Amino acid sequence: MSKIDISRIAKLANIPLDDENKNKLEEQLLETIYYIESLQEINTDGKEPTNQVTGLKNIFREDIISKSFSQEEALRNSSCTEKGMFKVKAILSSD
Amino acid sequence: MNYEPIIGLEVHVELKTKSKMFCGCSADYFGNKPNTHTCPTCLGLPGALPVPNKTAIEWCIKIGIALNCEIPLTSKFDRKNYFYPDLAKGYQISQYDQPFCQNGWIEVLTEDNKIKRIGITRVHMEEDTGKLSHKGNVSLIDFNRSGVPLVEIVTEPDFRSSFEVNQYLQKLQQIVRYLNVSNADMEKGDMRLEPNISLRIIGEIELPKYKVEIKNINSFRFVDKSIQFEIKRQRELLDKNEIPLQETRGWEELKQITISQRIKEKANDYRYFPEPDIPPIEWDKLQIDKITSQMPELPNDKLIRFEKEYQLSSYNAEILIRDASLAAYFEKAVFQSKGVLSQKQIANTLINKKINILSISVKDLIKDIIHSSKKEGIDEIELSKITDDVLKNNQKAVDEFRNGKEVVIMFLIGQVMKSINKKIDIEIIKNILKNKLNKK
Repeated sequence: MSKIDISRIAKLANIPLDDENKNKLEEQLLETIYYIESLQEINTDGKEPTNQVTGLKNIFREDIISKSFSQEEALRNSSCTEKGMFKVKAILSSD
Repeated sequence: MNYEPIIGLEVHVELKTKSKMFCGCSADYFGNKPNTHTCPTCLGLPGALPVPNKTAIEWCIKIGIALNCEIPLTSKFDRKNYFYPDLAKGYQISQYDQPFCQNGWIEVLTEDNKIKRIGITRVHMEEDTGKLSHKGNVSLIDFNRSGVPLVEIVTEPDFRSSFEVNQYLQKLQQIVRYLNVSNADMEKGDMRLEPNISLRIIGEIELPKYKVEIKNINSFRFVDKSIQFEIKRQRELLDKNEIPLQETRGWEELKQITISQRIKEKANDYRYFPEPDIPPIEWDKLQIDKITSQMPELPNDKLIRFEKEYQLSSYNAEILIRDASLAAYFEKAVFQSKGVLSQKQIANTLINKKINILSISVKDLIKDIIHSSKKEGIDEIELSKITDDVLKNNQKAVDEFRNGKEVVIMFLIGQVMKSINKKIDIEIIKNILKNKLNKK
């Protein structure tokens, strides 16, 4: 098992980490991976890949409009709004 | 070195369902007050469950059928994970390895008027994101668009010129409009285009080792310009023995250039995995047959039928079928005027006089044609010949027109009038000239 790239994983998960936490989490994550690795010992020959265990299929809804939040309700949990919109720090624009 | 462009295309088409893809909020967001079409699902609040819109999926499959795709009997949704403020959940529900439609094709015309087959890799279903507006050091988010059904259509890298790309885009736009599943209105962002471009030395077989993707273009013309620009830019790099970077670029209309946005993230950065909240989809053959049986006559079939059934020139037939409602209007007029007017008379009137079919009933149009055909007229073939001659003898004016100086058309009209020596409707001459000039 190669060492994991904790900085990259943190970046993808959008979690800022200082060095201390990086080391700590790297250790913990490795531990988890080793634990999960034990699954490799199980013989899965002839077993179909499974990504759903509910046994359900084809759950759809008809194309019907239902009630939405009001603007006030939609924005209620946000600490930062402007002109009826959520406000965030600027993210990288085109330039 | 001689290179050939290798171009593929990703097109996003927004569907015009009543409700969103995974919740019951109205999908008709354009021009509405911000954040008035949202709910826990499309705001990505914890615990909300997405339930797929059946109509949207059926429409996605219709697009696939129109593009000659296989429709696999099993399919599923996946999560595509990335962080961006317009994506409330931190992932987009999309499809990864089991799209609704795959391995299709569509035929387009090449510059030398040959029919060429473009491979369709896949047609899959996903959801749109919210809309960001940037204002200095802050960004404002409106989630009305978040979760609106979006169909992504991906081609093989089969295009060899921006001309072919343009042919494809026109056809695709026509098809989704015929299917009545999207307005495909570019200005409203119903169709977003992402060409990917690289250059290959002529004679080589393998695909180039890099590819440059141009993001989110909302105009056919900008696609054309950005492809032209990229071909030139990449050729200059390759001639200096440099390999263009694999990256995403954006089209800057003001400066008429593409500029680098960021080094393209690898696909596995998205850490796709099956969407656990949506059970898989399994069709039986009968359901697909039923959707197939609901397909309207598609533009290509209509074109062939119009040429044959109404004995129209392919040029006239092509104009009439561009818009399904114009085609239907024409057929109604032919039917109602049987024995009185020829199909050709109706076709010519609709095309040359640019009739607004919304403002005149079929019945009145027939009356008008009968009335005006009693006035001085001119044989269409003769007029076509005269305009051809005028264009041939006035190359300078033709060039000027094509370079954007459209007023010279008045001069050309004058020349045609002189040759005819009859009083006929200027609009007819103008339209014939314009059609010929724009056709090249």
